[in-house]
Amino acid sequence: MAKKKLDVLRHNLVPKHIILTKEQTKDLLNKYKIRVVDLPRILNSDPAIFSIGAKEGDIVKILRKSHTTLDEIEYYRYVTKEKTS
Amino acid sequence: MSSYLKTKIIEKIRFGILSPDEIRKLSSARIITADTYDEDGLPIPSGLMDQRLGTIEPGQRCQTCGNLVSQCMGHFGHIEMARPIIHCGYAKKVLKILRSICPECSMLMLTEDEKVKYTKEQEKHREMYFESDEELTKLIFKTARKAKKCPYCGARKKKIVIEKPTTFYEEEEGKGSRRLTPMDIRERLIRISDNDLRIMGISPASARPEWTVLEVLPIPPVCVRPSITLDSGIRSEDDLTHKLVDVIRINQRLRENLDAGAPHLIVEDLWELLQYHITTYFDNEVSGIPPARHRSGRALRTITQRLKGKEGRFRSNLSGKRVDFSARSVISPNPHISINDVGVPTSIAKILTIPSNVNPWNIGEMKRLVINGPFTHPGANYIIRTDNRRIDLRYVKNRDVIAETLVPGYIVERHLNNKDLVLFNRQPSLHRMSIMAHEVKIMDGRTFRLNLTICPPYNADFDGDEMNLHVPQSEEARTEAELLLKVQEHMLSPRFGGPIIGGIQDFISTVYQFTSKDSVYNIKDTLKLLYLGKIFDTNPDFSIIDLTPITTDPEPKYSGKLIFSALFPQDLNLRQRSKFCKRCDVCKEDDCEYDAYVHIENGKLLTGTIDEATFGAMKPNSILQRIIKDHGNERGRIFLDNSIQMLLHVIRMNGITIGLDEVFVKDDAMEEIINTIDKANVECEELIKAYYNKDEKILSRAPGRTLKETLELRIRGILNDARKTAETIASIDIGDQAHSVIMTKSGARGNPLNLGQMAAIVGQQAIRGERIHRGYIKRTLPHYKINDLSPKARGFVSSSYRKGLNPEEFFFHSMGGREGLVDTAVRTSQSGYMQRRLVNALQDVIVENDNTVRDANKSIVQFQFGDDGIDPSKSDHGLAINLDILLLKAKSLKAIKKTPTTKTSEKNAPVKKVPIEKTEKKILKKPTKKDKKILDEDSLIQEFEKETGKKAIWRGKQTKQYYNWKNEKYGVKK
Repeated sequence: MAKKKLDVLRHNLVPKHIILTKEQTKDLLNKYKIRVVDLPRILNSDPAIFSIGAKEGDIVKILRKSHTTLDEIEYYRYVTKEKTS
Repeated sequence: MSSYLKTKIIEKIRFGILSPDEIRKLSSARIITADTYDEDGLPIPSGLMDQRLGTIEPGQRCQTCGNLVSQCMGHFGHIEMARPIIHCGYAKKVLKILRSICPECSMLMLTEDEKVKYTKEQEKHREMYFESDEELTKLIFKTARKAKKCPYCGARKKKIVIEKPTTFYEEEEGKGSRRLTPMDIRERLIRISDNDLRIMGISPASARPEWTVLEVLPIPPVCVRPSITLDSGIRSEDDLTHKLVDVIRINQRLRENLDAGAPHLIVEDLWELLQYHITTYFDNEVSGIPPARHRSGRALRTITQRLKGKEGRFRSNLSGKRVDFSARSVISPNPHISINDVGVPTSIAKILTIPSNVNPWNIGEMKRLVINGPFTHPGANYIIRTDNRRIDLRYVKNRDVIAETLVPGYIVERHLNNKDLVLFNRQPSLHRMSIMAHEVKIMDGRTFRLNLTICPPYNADFDGDEMNLHVPQSEEARTEAELLLKVQEHMLSPRFGGPIIGGIQDFISTVYQFTSKDSVYNIKDTLKLLYLGKIFDTNPDFSIIDLTPITTDPEPKYSGKLIFSALFPQDLNLRQRSKFCKRCDVCKEDDCEYDAYVHIENGKLLTGTIDEATFGAMKPNSILQRIIKDHGNERGRIFLDNSIQMLLHVIRMNGITIGLDEVFVKDDAMEEIINTIDKANVECEELIKAYYNKDEKILSRAPGRTLKETLELRIRGILNDARKTAETIASIDIGDQAHSVIMTKSGARGNPLNLGQMAAIVGQQAIRGERIHRGYIKRTLPHYKINDLSPKARGFVSSSYRKGLNPEEFFFHSMGGREGLVDTAVRTSQSGYMQRRLVNALQDVIVENDNTVRDANKSIVQFQFGDDGIDPSKSDHGLAINLDILLLKAKSLKAIKKTPTTKTSEKNAPVKKVPIEKTEKKILKKPTKKDKKILDEDSLIQEFEKETGKKAIWRGKQTKQYYNWKNEKYGVKK
């Protein structure tokens, strides 16, 4: 991997990314009654994911601003590895 | 009924490849002979029509299962192949496997470490997703292919190439290539270990790769390939049978040659031929080999062709089926029925039935229907008794007797009748409003009748459109249709939450005339209109005394605005600009001089003329939308139904029509138009001259364009401006009282350009946005000189439609017109396919009870529908709330509260009378003035028209009647 030149997290268009703790993961999976594989995925090569140092198998919470509601909207993504040799 | 059914849940389905053993086990007969029937027409034993393969003859018992035709579903047979054959469908997979295994020991060419790693990963994936990781499998094949030497036995890897569709060659550097026979391939595949297969993403239990090389071929049962007996007694076999005959014949020949020890070359040839026949038996459209043909030259329809595509088994017979209880007919309009209704012809109603349970309360009615029988309209076609016996009333001699046997518990299949709910559909069914539930109205004639306002959702017109009708048979289905599918439940579109139905065409132009400032009605007409609008039904407290007449001298007259307001609910509040709003810099709102600011306060239309923007279909913030949002679908439907009935009467009183005189431009104006065009022509001429002289002073090159492009651009601009000027001149001359202008102004139909083309000039014809350059070398038609760039030589039509086009212009016009037709034809097919792909991709996506959007695997797609959970069909044009409207409502509520004791009529009176009296004066005073004076021609014409109701000017000339009338009244002026 090339040397980190730019911190994408500081850009105003990049939303907040938070890695879930084990407990939070458990709560999330219980809330929706799902397995991790039922979550939408995000590649570990994604710049923001790479920047916060999330590993394959982690679940990331993304907080995005919404233009229809006042609150931030929560998204959850399951980090997976890209298949390359 | 359903409670007696046993239900089971399918836990999983596993797809695999049949092994030779399984095929033999399934088989009920080994087929040896290629013949079908003998001379007597009896099936030959061990032939393709062997009776053990299931019976198709009625009355005959199956030799395998002993059932009759209706019960026997057929049995597979088999052929033992003399030599193995590659299945063409698996050739690609076989190639991939061959390339990644060792040619000597058949080990997967990965190192031990890699194998352990990949096994683990595949296992993990299988545990989570119940299938192998496709991407990983791809990667494994890729890495294994790269190996040069087998890591286990050290054998050199050879390059394997495929010759489409089923021939494999092995190439070794310097040694040339060697053909791999199916036998060789099979040998290699057999040796692969189960573990290696799992790494490659193949389940050894259900799909050993060697099973793709056929040793045994299953023969489908006879009912899959029935033979047809023609009237002449000649038997014609199914395509599949034909192909199987070929397969068996060649297979037998190959076997005989092998047994006789024939030369290698002959065996090889036959083997290849057999491979060809089997390949085409599976798929007759594989690339690389010619399709097998019938004697007539038609390509055979073999297994793949039966399943594939739009006419294949899946799309044509499994996803879509023909249904009972349906009807199809031409549609025609009927403005007198509700939007919820559909007119059904009696002849159709007598065929479509609804099963009705007989009970003590309806037994009398049911008896009457049975006595009426199947041939008189409110009758019945069948009776189903409690023992499930069906009585066909067509063949009952005495229906009175049968009617007396009716007891509760019987089911009468009665004719379709008024108030029954049916589903109505027009193809293409592009959105959910393409199928809606309607109430039946039995009518004479042969067509389905529908209300004009529901044309937009179906996209229907009456130029010969046909529509389908379906009758729900169960109580559940009817209830669901009533609650979810009725037309009134679909007035607001799920696309943006606005109404998709509303006034169209004549209703728009009429509502415009009806609510414009100068429309007044006497008390008789007013009452008639109010009655037709069912005001006295929707609002029992309504009285005409509450209406403030616009004038009482000499008799009370009411404005159209006032009468139309009676249709609104009393708390309707709306502020909206009309379609013909001039977009002034500062809106004068209520004091708009064009009456283009619609202001409705507490159910009274104060100012503004209602037009398409407030009454039309698919318009945001229309009256209908506001009523539906506040009072629900039912009230909205009532408003629409009633306003249509009221307006219908107004249409008849006004009479809207256009004729040639509507697009006639008087001589002086016409001259002006011609001058404009001439001027434009001269301008173009100058530019063209400048272009040839390369005079960049006159024709300065536009940035990024060549001189020629600049010239074209400039000419197009000049001509377009000229057309626009001509259009304006014409529109001023026509005035704004012409019906054609009313239509465009109110938004009912057409636009100013259409009028300009009819009255003044058609304008430039374009192909792909450019002037016409096609045709001969450097000219469009032989009428013109080479390199003539003048407007008329490049498709500028300076005639109007009214005047008529000359031959060259007509030709250019047709060229332009064709482009439009081609565009629409291409667009429909493209968008159709796009829609199909979208529907297939999104059909199982669903919002679950926890508000998440999930796909068929119950994986999450979105955590909230649309990320904000807003249902667009309940939104206000995409927004959750419309603050402007809320504010408006709050303000008018305040107005009511401030004056709680005063009546609404009193409160409105002072506001109303001021502007209204002004108009009253205008209307009343004009004729009185004119009586005294001899006025100019224009006012005379008006007077004549008012008096006689006839046109004073016809095709630009004064009519004889007008001339006589003028003479009579004011004396001759010669």
